[in-house]
Amino acid sequence: MARTPVVPADRKATAAPMAGRASRAASPRRLVVLVATRKGAWLFHGDARRKSWQVDGPHFLGHTVSHLVLDPRDRRTLLAAARTGHLGPTVFRSTNLGRTWKEAAQPPAFAKASGDLAPRAVDHTFWLAPGHPGERDTWYAGTSPQGLFRSEDGGGCWVPLASVNDDPQFREWMGTVQDGTPDGPKLHSILVDPRDPAHLYFAMSGGGVHESIDGGSRWKPLVQGLQVVEGFDPATITFHDPHTVRMCPSNPDRLYQQNHCGIYRIDRPGDSWVRIGSKMPRRTGDIGFPMVVHPRDDDTAWVFPMDGTTVWPRTSPQGHPAAYVTRNGGKTWQRQDAGLPESQAWWTVKRQAMTGDAQDPVGLYLGTTSGELWTSRDEGARWSCIARHLPEIYAVEVAELA
Amino acid sequence: MRVLIPSALRSYTRVSRVEADGATLRDLLADLERQFPGMRFRIVDEQERLRANMRVFVNGAAVHDLSRPLQPGDDVCIVLALSGG
Repeated sequence: MARTPVVPADRKATAAPMAGRASRAASPRRLVVLVATRKGAWLFHGDARRKSWQVDGPHFLGHTVSHLVLDPRDRRTLLAAARTGHLGPTVFRSTNLGRTWKEAAQPPAFAKASGDLAPRAVDHTFWLAPGHPGERDTWYAGTSPQGLFRSEDGGGCWVPLASVNDDPQFREWMGTVQDGTPDGPKLHSILVDPRDPAHLYFAMSGGGVHESIDGGSRWKPLVQGLQVVEGFDPATITFHDPHTVRMCPSNPDRLYQQNHCGIYRIDRPGDSWVRIGSKMPRRTGDIGFPMVVHPRDDDTAWVFPMDGTTVWPRTSPQGHPAAYVTRNGGKTWQRQDAGLPESQAWWTVKRQAMTGDAQDPVGLYLGTTSGELWTSRDEGARWSCIARHLPEIYAVEVAELA
Repeated sequence: MRVLIPSALRSYTRVSRVEADGATLRDLLADLERQFPGMRFRIVDEQERLRANMRVFVNGAAVHDLSRPLQPGDDVCIVLALSGG
């Protein structure tokens, strides 16, 4: 898995905005973009200016990799959620940036069936989330079908949270496979409050958003204000389909959400979501999958709209891809499409396939199901392509290396 | 007894045929897990069901029941029924 070609970024791209705002980011570190695909994983190593990228891969060629995450606490440990179409799901760990991988001794697996609850088997681990900064070896995992797991040894042994996985009320809310996304219903968006390791959120497609303030023993739905598909009752948790929920690093009381039914914001301790997507242009709509928040400004967030009209093509509206940014908490939105294809680009960008770094200005990264990896070094003002011809991209993460 | 390992599982065994023992298929899989940690869960799920597309043949006959008795000298083949793109 030696590093091979150097992939030039678009040299015409201009760094710019952020005038008048003091630079609060640390000096540039080496960045790595972690790309998980339906057929393997790739690492793209950037230079300090984020102008050129060196590709390392494939890792796990032929395996479906749902998520590849670098531990922000040590900046060197990678976890990969992998399976093939024919083998059971597992988690791999590397402490040398993928030169060698070690399989989890006890991958996420549901408890044996008991009582009246139907037996379930993990189809794939979908979401990996590092635990609280003060709990160095703690990780959470979300699976399909919906399950929540915790590891306290850095990803080697995964323990199911019975308070979610085997709770009859949760099992009812999780619904059936028919209620979920096409490749299986998922538990995702596991959020840990940086001020309190016992304060957790997660979301389910379908099954709503849930919060715990006691480390995961008890949970409470957080769905007030969220809309559901017309004709269904929003009081029924099963019908809620959050696509991605993000917590603002600069203000953990503020969450943004891209939902099946629009874009929302909530400010805790308030308990009602506000549909901020209603201010999006009507022709574009406010349907999509990813949600990206700014590392230092809780009024700034990005979405990447998908066509949610008629039969829900879930492609870029009018075949003209664009990000939209709000810089005032969702009161207004601005289109960002400079550098992106101007026509006949019917992209789909999945919920984990768009992210931002912590540099100033913030770099954005997104991957398409058609295997293209794009970036913006200037908070979305201009975009350039890093790579083409990859397999279907499931997830894109960016991390700073030690 | 000799067990044929499909190519997708050779990251565990490194070779295509291994020796393993067991009075039943379940016991045989436990022995494989003991020799090659992590391998069993990729064949059998947490509810003790053979995973989809995973096939086991004993002396040429398909076996779906993990309690199937085995004899020393039986020929066991673990096969992946590949599908999809």
